[in-house]
Amino acid sequence: MQPVILPTDFTITEPQVAVMDSVEGEIQPQEVSSAATESGSSSIEVKVLFFARARDITGVGHMPLQVSAGSTACDCLDKVVAKFPSLAEIRECMVLAVNEEYAPGSIIVEQGDELALIPPISGG
Amino acid sequence: MAEEKTLVEILDEHTKVDVVKYINYVTAPQCGAIATFSGTTRDTFEGKTVVELRYEAYVPMAIRCLKSICANARSTWNLDAIAVAHRLGPVPVQETSVFVAISSVHRADALDACKFIIDELKAFVPIWKKEVYSNGEVWKENSEFVERRSALGKHDQATNGVAKSKSHDRKSCCGTKVKVVEGAHEVRNPEN
Repeated sequence: MQPVILPTDFTITEPQVAVMDSVEGEIQPQEVSSAATESGSSSIEVKVLFFARARDITGVGHMPLQVSAGSTACDCLDKVVAKFPSLAEIRECMVLAVNEEYAPGSIIVEQGDELALIPPISGG
Repeated sequence: MAEEKTLVEILDEHTKVDVVKYINYVTAPQCGAIATFSGTTRDTFEGKTVVELRYEAYVPMAIRCLKSICANARSTWNLDAIAVAHRLGPVPVQETSVFVAISSVHRADALDACKFIIDELKAFVPIWKKEVYSNGEVWKENSEFVERRSALGKHDQATNGVAKSKSHDRKSCCGTKVKVVEGAHEVRNPEN
């Protein structure tokens, strides 16, 4: 990655505008592992973000997701699709981003990571 | 080289793109050229009447991507200042949704970099638009994304090295919701 040096000129008028406009109570973590609460280390929680068609399908902009430590982004997607089966129809179209960068499905997610489902983009 | 001057803005809903502001931003005495691109909402798509486009973005990632694209442009061309703005929310017909302004000493750098930046934006920056017709609506898909999505996630950064990746598969990856007109394949009737 190239160094990006853009110190002061860069502004956002407002973060997160229009992203989660039609929100939406947070969904509870879909799975609570009793083992995880015992050891405290075998389960992690990531934040899953939905945009555009993915958000239309799920009806939510984001949700917490508990997965076992060592899970990949793809594993997370499997669980999300299990929860929202209609996502399967666009699954092959989507790409993933972890912590605001495009990532392969094989990437290992960590506690607190932000996993975004990116349907085909259409900016411009 | 002097301090890089780059402005990236994702504009709030109902905030119009102030093109004069961005042109002023890139204007500099040492520059002999300013190239701009303005993307505007048009009134029809495949015969359907378009009422408006509605944009949303993964804002922090969109900002990061745009900054990266600008940095890549600087590494290729000799540029002075860059300004990129994208509006969110509903954008009515004729109004600007995206604007790029670049200044350089000579015009070739600004012109080429301007095209590069809008092309990269359409391929990689997480912004979405829903096209709203008088009788329906559809999430659009950029052909640039469909062609180059295989490159995503295989690099540390979205725009690193993917510029050279090519795919001629222009099919929409989500079925037939969006048709991409391709003029490259003309069928020639055999004449004997």
